[in-house]
Amino acid sequence: MSSSSSDVLLPVDSSIKPPVFLHLGDTEPLSGVCVLDVTLPFGKTVNVEEISFKNHYTASVSMRLLRTGPPSQWVTAVRDLPLMENPHTEGGSQDYCCIHRTQDPEKEVSDWLSDLTLADQHTDLEGLPPPQSVSSSLQQMFALTEVMMQSNETTASIGRFHVDGCYDINLLSLL
Amino acid sequence: MDEGSELSLTIAQIVQRLKGSHLHSQIERQAKECLHQPEIKLESLKEDVRSFLKTSGWERQLQNAVYRELHVQLPPSHPAAPPEHLKEPLAYMRKAQASWEKRVLKSLNSMSTELGVPLARMRPAAEQKELSNKWNEMGTDEPDLTSVRPVYAPKDFLEVLISLRNPNHDGSEDVGVRSHWGLIQVPLNVRDIPQLRQAYSELNLTSGQLGIDDHAHIHPDMFENEYVQIGKKVVLEQDSAAAQQYSRQGCPTGLRADLWALILNSTNQPQDVMYYEQLTAGVIQHDLLVDNLIYKDVKLTASNDDYYFVFEDFLYQVLLCFSRDTAVLEHFKYNSATPPKSFIQGKGEDEESAVVYPPNGVIPFHGFSMYVAPLCFLYNEPSKLYSVFREMYSRYFFRLHSISSSPSGVVSLCLQFERLLQTHLPQLFYHLRQIEAQPLRIAFKWMVRAFSGYLSSDQLLLLWDRILGYDSLEVVAVLAAAVFAFRAENLMEVTSLASAEAVLADLSTLKVMPLIQIFLFATAI
Repeated sequence: MSSSSSDVLLPVDSSIKPPVFLHLGDTEPLSGVCVLDVTLPFGKTVNVEEISFKNHYTASVSMRLLRTGPPSQWVTAVRDLPLMENPHTEGGSQDYCCIHRTQDPEKEVSDWLSDLTLADQHTDLEGLPPPQSVSSSLQQMFALTEVMMQSNETTASIGRFHVDGCYDINLLSLL
Repeated sequence: MDEGSELSLTIAQIVQRLKGSHLHSQIERQAKECLHQPEIKLESLKEDVRSFLKTSGWERQLQNAVYRELHVQLPPSHPAAPPEHLKEPLAYMRKAQASWEKRVLKSLNSMSTELGVPLARMRPAAEQKELSNKWNEMGTDEPDLTSVRPVYAPKDFLEVLISLRNPNHDGSEDVGVRSHWGLIQVPLNVRDIPQLRQAYSELNLTSGQLGIDDHAHIHPDMFENEYVQIGKKVVLEQDSAAAQQYSRQGCPTGLRADLWALILNSTNQPQDVMYYEQLTAGVIQHDLLVDNLIYKDVKLTASNDDYYFVFEDFLYQVLLCFSRDTAVLEHFKYNSATPPKSFIQGKGEDEESAVVYPPNGVIPFHGFSMYVAPLCFLYNEPSKLYSVFREMYSRYFFRLHSISSSPSGVVSLCLQFERLLQTHLPQLFYHLRQIEAQPLRIAFKWMVRAFSGYLSSDQLLLLWDRILGYDSLEVVAVLAAAVFAFRAENLMEVTSLASAEAVLADLSTLKVMPLIQIFLFATAI
């Protein structure tokens, strides 16, 4: 998890409880749902920018937040965000994922969004990127290409496979 | 990452790759030289130079170069993802690939020790001269190859693919109807006929195709003449993207060489010829153990083939140079495989004395030369032939002998083949399985070579047109299933693996496009 202060992203010290697999009723079968509790540091106000994680065969993820009261209230920030295109095939199963603060769900806006008390942090609901982020990406792009132009590195390969003309080698390394 | 920053990153990566390329310096030089021209005005310098570059064709060349980069670029990824994740996201596949590589390397090491032949040695001056003199007829004087054996054959590789298991997959249930029918046990996402119909819409029954509508009994005015005219225009325009789209319905024989070179952005300018000559110098200077593997492979496969034996000498030249080409190492960024490493003798094991072996990182296996052989029909200039082959290998063929989850990778192709048969010819699949003739055991060797050496050469080129046109090897899996569908009646009568193999032994009379078209668009769903 990363928070921002000015323009720097810092990792947030959070404690993550072991995952709890939910059952239907008191016994088997497993419902296929697992809950992870993440606790933010106590007593500090944190502005969470993004949550990064590596997936391991989770098909979709929902994120709920407990706003401190009074009254404390659970709100859903992200619902059923798909991490795997098809839960029965490998696509996305081991990918690195990121839920960004400004990320909009790809599906159309539904009623529950209006219940979000975090809504003031989402800058738009129409699916269009906000003008600030477009202009900042364009700026980023120009800056990057400028750097590329200035650097003297070239990607052209040198082509030699030997070391100073010598290619007498040991047996292949099996490491 | 949002779309805007993804695009910025892609652009920056492509700019970085093209910077320092020969094209870059050529365009810079052209831009400088055009300043002398009267139509370039100071007040509108930028627009005038751009417009000059456009009309003189340089912008199109740049477009083609960018298009080429897009083909091989890795998709944008999470900043925390390490390079091995980009090569192959699934840990168990990376592990399987690493352990397969280790087996291959051990085998090569043993060969070196047993034969008493070093992995690499510098040729003495006399030997260098001799080789240089008979460069164009290397086939006439082969070394003693009796004790050289191929490092592996496709069937060894198939066993490894069959043993792949997803550790997260719960195999505790009883044998499921679908999951245990076939040999491939990993749940990759492969497309079925309805999806293939959409993706390969240019192949449908209502579209003209080379390989079908250019048949002798169809009047050329119905399709062929106009299609060839369009092809000529595409070649004139020198547009990679247009050539790729055009290729989906096939390439006319007279235009194929130019079209494929365009699609692959493979040039044959003086610097390419010089680069090839540098590679030949590398062959002459150093003798590699893998050269013996190449000689053996050519002798065992291409030299015995009615279509390709005439190209024997070309094959040696191209493959020996290919082994020395360090530019091929680039493709390991997106290949799940890793190039083998060794150290210069007597210099310890630090990074300065680490080298890749062979220089291009690719150890040839039995049948490897068949990737080159069909191209000999198209290109008779060695440097051009080489350039096209290298690009085809770096885009497609490497996926046929490495373990990955890529949709064009051999694991996906095998699974797709099995699923297509299971879904659309269940009776046939069941029957073959009952007589212990798993279809994949027969089809695997076709797919690993992209059918080279199994089809007649003109049919093979029509198939490879579509590989290029759709930028995917999927059509190879579709054809494999279509062949089984075509011979289904005979296969239902056989009672052993050997007889099933016999029914499918000779594919040389098959016409690939009708088979693919019927399988995709005339199969009842």
